[in-house]
Parts: sequence; structure tokens; C-alpha cells
Amino acid sequence: MAVAIILLLVAVGSVLFHLFSPWWWTPIATNWRYIDDTINITFWITGAVFFAVVAFMAYCVFRFHHKEGRQAAYNPENKKLEWWLTIGTAIGVGAMLAPGLVVWHQFVTVPADATEIEVMGQQWRWSFRLPGKDGRMGTSDVRKISSDNPLGLNPNDPDAHDDVVIEADDLHLLVDKPVKLLQRSIDVLHSFYVPEFRAKMDLVPGMVTYVWFTPTRTGTFEMLCTELCGAAHYNMRAKVVVDEESEYQAWLRKQKTFAQLSARTRQAKETQ
Amino acid sequence: MVDTTIGAAGVIQPAEVKDVELYHPKSWVTKYVFCQDAKVIAIQYSITALSIGLVALVLSWLIRLQLAFPSSFSTIGPGDYLQFITVHGMIMVIYLLTALFLGGFGNYLIPLMVGARDMVFPYVNMVSYWVYLLAVLVLVASFFMPGGPTGSGWTLSPPQAILSGTPGRDWGIILMAASLILFIIGFTMGGLNYVVTVLQARTRGMTLMRMPLTVWGILTATVLALLAFPALFVGCVMLLFDRILGTSFFMPAVVEMGEHLKYRGGSPLLFQHLFWFFGHPEVYIVAVPAFGIVSDLISTHARKNIFGYRMMVWAIVVIGALSFVVWAHHMYVSGMNPYFGFFFAATTLIIAIPTAIKVYNWVLTLWRGDIHLTVPMLFALSFIVTFVNGGLTGLFLGNPVVDVPLSDTMFVVAHFHMVMGMAPIFVIFGAIYHWYPKVTGRMLNEMLGKFHFWVTFLGAYAIYFPMHYIGLLGVPRRYFEMGDMAFVPQSATTLNGFITMAALIVGFAQMVFLFNMIWSLSKGKPAGSNPWRATTLEWQTPETPPGHGNWGKELPVVYRWAYDYSVPGAKEDFVPQNQPPVPRAA
Repeated sequence: MAVAIILLLVAVGSVLFHLFSPWWWTPIATNWRYIDDTINITFWITGAVFFAVVAFMAYCVFRFHHKEGRQAAYNPENKKLEWWLTIGTAIGVGAMLAPGLVVWHQFVTVPADATEIEVMGQQWRWSFRLPGKDGRMGTSDVRKISSDNPLGLNPNDPDAHDDVVIEADDLHLLVDKPVKLLQRSIDVLHSFYVPEFRAKMDLVPGMVTYVWFTPTRTGTFEMLCTELCGAAHYNMRAKVVVDEESEYQAWLRKQKTFAQLSARTRQAKETQ
Repeated sequence: MVDTTIGAAGVIQPAEVKDVELYHPKSWVTKYVFCQDAKVIAIQYSITALSIGLVALVLSWLIRLQLAFPSSFSTIGPGDYLQFITVHGMIMVIYLLTALFLGGFGNYLIPLMVGARDMVFPYVNMVSYWVYLLAVLVLVASFFMPGGPTGSGWTLSPPQAILSGTPGRDWGIILMAASLILFIIGFTMGGLNYVVTVLQARTRGMTLMRMPLTVWGILTATVLALLAFPALFVGCVMLLFDRILGTSFFMPAVVEMGEHLKYRGGSPLLFQHLFWFFGHPEVYIVAVPAFGIVSDLISTHARKNIFGYRMMVWAIVVIGALSFVVWAHHMYVSGMNPYFGFFFAATTLIIAIPTAIKVYNWVLTLWRGDIHLTVPMLFALSFIVTFVNGGLTGLFLGNPVVDVPLSDTMFVVAHFHMVMGMAPIFVIFGAIYHWYPKVTGRMLNEMLGKFHFWVTFLGAYAIYFPMHYIGLLGVPRRYFEMGDMAFVPQSATTLNGFITMAALIVGFAQMVFLFNMIWSLSKGKPAGSNPWRATTLEWQTPETPPGHGNWGKELPVVYRWAYDYSVPGAKEDFVPQNQPPVPRAA
């Protein structure tokens, strides 16, 4: 009896905890509302199954626990029941998988008008690069990295000269403008994650990965590394600020291009 | 209905081969230390696995203390924390769960349940244990080397695992890889034994479709392990080459702290594919024996045949096969070609179907049963609760879009602890309470057992259920401390404190269990040969604990499946597998 009640309490308690939990996802700040919807569908389907199974178990324990003279039924198989359960499960699984795959298709298909921005990770900080006035990013190579050239841009590539370099500082984005992040790492795995954006993608040394989203509200958001990258992993943070047009332009004017930064380091060297 | 049911004895064939000649120990050393008897090897495996498991338990306390009181422990630094989580995870998955289910339960139960005198290659079986012990010692040694054990996470991902930003870069990672290589060598010797024994050494009448599900589970898991571990083996070998010889299997050109290293052209993703090609089947290597064992626990203690035996067998086999084509669901956000997501999402969610069938059949076995709420049964029930919970959250993470915000958060940690931590461990506890009487001849104390059960079950649920919600919030895993993240409310810290308290209490309840195991060895109630009135062969041995060679003079002959409980018209509510059918009235 007590066992049945406790099992039932576990099922009811889990549902109540879910409904009244003050710990819930952050208010969304991008176009990925579909992701939240899919999570919600999944919660409802799986929650119902969990409750049903545990409650059924509790009932069985209550109704069929050992008493003097009770004999268990003998029924090795029930083909019909087994098939119905299998088909029902398949339908439930399909109901979760289908919307999931549709949204996944959107997630991996970048809109043509997305602005490209480079995210670069290294132990343990973030840097960024904007394509500059020409709208094209110059080539880069890990082997070109030096203290003068922290992102390893190719100085012989004219496209690189007007690229805006933001080293170990906050990133600003324009609200309602889709962005495609081109991500690379120069040492170990890292992962770009802003909880309010929902989007996440690893940065892998030796290759360029991508992820896209459209910020839908202004504000300052915390950016975290979510792929273990060594001792200070927990401290690899930055801020992403989503701005309106005017603020964004004001910020952008203060940023330095690759050419300006190289000139400055050259000057500094000469005066030494 | 096939011949799995009552009475359908068929014709028992005469023995085709002569009974095996066993090696008989001549001294104390060959009887208890370098022993070739699978039962002794099983106990050696179990004691070693549980001992190293205690190390993992202590590490989990340190992890939880750090998370709950981030600024109170000046002795725990960020590097130490990473070492704790790495070694904790590795011990639990490989050195405890895999070793205990296959080396421990496999060795003890396979020969007894299929009616064999021993494993078919007893000498190799013995070597398997000693290589396993060596692997454990090498792992432990890494604590005492300069720099300590590796802190790369149990996933050992390069480049991080072999660069100096990660603790244990000097010796830890080398010893870790070496230890895994040894473990795999040892396991392969044992594993071949288990498979060949099941396929070749079953007694007369023990057809495959009459085997207890425990044997099916262990057999399938062993086949999975024999196919999956080689991927980890080559991964570890190449990782060692990259670390020691400077090769570039997994290492592209990298700049570490401003310094250009000599690597170029390798692929970090390649390692992840190798790792998860092993890593996902590994989940089932741990889960499938638990599936098998729990089926037998439920059936025996509910006095009812397992519902849908044939479907259960096929589900185990199908799950095993599918587990090899789902690995990249661990890598949706790894930067691999995102179009892989479609394939791996489909296979991953399909695996939910045979898994769900198993769950239905467990609860349908309870339906109209005669449920004895013994400690093994209680643990079996708690297995269903945690397994269903953890399995369902797997449907979140298996779905790529849902996985994107949740991957690498505490949600994942909560998920896998529920589904491949708590669930299989509850089965191990249930199995120990169930078979301890056969191994020692004495019952474990039931009062202590029930105390152990309730604290462990409710405590563990209180740890892992709320933890999902911390992950939902967006808190990443493997974080030394949350720091001042703007999106994390103060109450999450309180919740972390609560989880830690629960973890400490659950941890201490395990001491009660250990005490019970030691105390009952001499003080437990004498068990007799078949205290649970079970049908399977291991309970029908002439001696308890079973002697060398298991069966005395004559091997048992099997006449029926393993689940003849509460057969209508039978005198008792169980009919042992080796009981001949009553001749039909002439």
C-alpha cells in the first residue's frame, strides 16, 4: 500500500514540480521560437507517458501485491496488445520527430540575406570579425597568428584589410537582421552558446562551423562556452549586445579595422 | 505459442559431447587468487568494481560540494574539479558498470543459468580478470603522478585532452589511455568466453529461446562490447601517438597560448566519431544486461511469467543492432555535417520503439501478478521509474533541434545519470539482493535493505529530477562554478545546495548497504538453495553456494522455458526449468 502511494506521489510530484518550477528557460531573444514549441510538445507527450507508466505501476502494486491465496495469472503473450502498443508508440515518436526534423531543416538552412560574422575561440576568450565595408571577409590561417595579428588574417588579401577586428571584447548585433556565424578555433574545441538565443554550435580547430539566427529583441546577453576547453572553461564568457540601428552604427564607428590595427602596431614598434 | 510454454518438452537429445574436464585447484592460491572458476572470478571482478566504485562515489561528493558551495573549498581548484568529473565518469561507466555487469554477473550467472560447469576457456577467463585489475591500478596510479589524472572529461576530446590547458596533460592522459587499452584487452578475453559459453556450452534442452532474459541481456551486451570497444581502442592508441610521438591523427595546426605547435592536418571530429561509435553502444552495454536481469527479478518476485518473452528477446537484439547506428546524436552541435542530423535523429527516435516495448512488458508482467514487495522487487520498480524518466528525456536530446539548446547543459547530466546511472545501478542493487543468497548461502538483512532502498531511490530521484531544470535554464555542464550569470536566479543556487544534501545522504546510505553485505556474510539468515522459489537453473544446484563444477555428477537437463510461474494446475507457483513434465495420463 505504502509503496503504491509513494510511487503515485513520485508521478504526481514530478508533474507538479514541472508545472510550478521557478526554473525554466530564459525568455527567448531570437527567431527560434519553434525550438521552444518542439520542446513543449515533447514535454507533453513524454510527461503523459511517464505519468501513465508510473501510475499504472502504482495501481498494479496496490491491486496485485501479495496476499495469502493470491495466484498470478498465466498469460505468456498477447500479440494483439503488443502490436497495438508498438503502433501507438510509433505514432507518438513520429509526432515528436516530424516537427523536429522540419525545424532542423530550418536550423541548418541559412537565409540568403544573413550577415556573416566570424567568431573565434581560444583558451579562454572570444574574438570576433566583421566583413567590413566590402562585405567580404579576407582569408585567414592559423599559421599567420602572431601578437600583431591575433586572428591570423592574411595581410596580402585585400579583402582582409577593412575587416573589423574585435578582440576579446563584446559583440554587437543588429536587431531583426539574420546573422550567420562562421566559427573557428585556434586551439581546442569551444562552443558558442547564448541561452536566450537557443542556438549553439561547437568551434572546432582546423575547420569552420556555422550557425544562424535572427535576434528579435534588444538587450545584453551572456555568451558562454559550452564545450569543455580546459581549466578556465567556466570562465570563458563574453557579452552579446543586440542594438537598434543607430546604436549599432555608433558602436561600429568605434571599432578598428585590420589595416588600422596593423598600422598601429607597426607605429608602436617603430617608436620603440 | 512456441515450445517456450509448459509441458512441451520435446525430445531430449542424448549428450553429443563428453562432459568437460575441469581444472581442479591444488592450493589456496589457485583456488582463491589465480583461480579459473568463473564463480570466483565473478567475485573478484565484483569486489574490484565495487571498490573502485567507492572512489567514484567519493569524487561525486567532492563534485557536489564544489557545486553547492563554490567559494567554500579553497582546496578544490578548477583543474581539480575537472579531474574529479573525468575520473568519476570513467570509473562509473567502464570500470564499475561494464565490469560488474559483464565480468561480475556475466561470470557468475552465465554458466549456472545455461547449465554449464564453467566458462569454456577458464584460463583466459582468469587472465581477463588480472588484466582488468591492472587497468584499474593504472587508472589509480594517475592520481599519484605529477599533474594528477586527466581532466579532459570522460570524452577525452582532443586537442584539449593533450594540450597544457587541461590538467593531467603530462601523465594523466597517458595513463588514462593506457588503462583503457588494458581494460579492452582484458574485456575481450572475458567477452569471447561469455559469447562462446552461451553459444556452445548450454546444457541439453536449453534452447536459445528457453534462456532466461538475463543471459540474453549479457550475451547481447557482450557482443556489442566486442564490436564497439575496438573503436575506443584505436582512438586511444592514436591519441597516445599524438600525445607522445607528435603525430597528427586528431590534431590540426593549433596555436596554444601564443605558441605555434607542430601539429597539422588532423581532425578532432575523427576522434569524436570513434569515441561515440564506442560510446553509444556503451550505454547499451550497461543497459541491456540491466534489461535482462530486471526482467527476471520482476518475473520471479511477481510470481508471473515475463510478458511477451519472444518480443523481449527480439527487442534486446534490435536495440543492440540499432545502437550502432545512432552514435552521432552525441554530435549534433559538434560541427559535423548538419545533414547527418536527419539520419541520426530518425534512428535515435526509432530505438525508442523497442525500448518502449520492453517497458510495457515489464509493467504488464506486474499486471495480475502476485507481487512480493521484496527488496529486489522494490529495486526493480525503481529501475522502471528512473529508466522511463531518463529514457523519455532521451527523446528530447535525440531530437536535434531540442538538443541544440540543451546539449552540454546540466539537462544532459541529469538525463544520463537517470538513465544509465541510477537505472542500471538500481538493477545491480536488486540483483545483489537477489543472488547474494546463492553466492554466500545467506540472506541479506531485509530491514537494512529496505532502508537502503528508500533512501537511495527517493534521494537519487531528488538529485536528478530537479537537475534537469537547471539545465533547461541554460547552465552548462562541466562548469567549476556558475559565477554571476545574469540569467541564473539566486534560487538555482539554493536548488544546487538541496541537490548536494540529497547526494550526501544517498552516498551515506551506501555505507549501510556495504555494512549489510559484510555483516550478512556471517550473521545473515541461512538461505537454503532456492529462497525466492525461482525457476532458473542457478537455483537448482545441488550445493549452495554452488561447488566447483556447479552440478555434481550429472548436468541438469532442461525441459521448459525460464518463466513457468503460477502455471495453472501446477502444485507450486513455480516449476523449475529442469523439472521433467508430468507424463500425460495414458
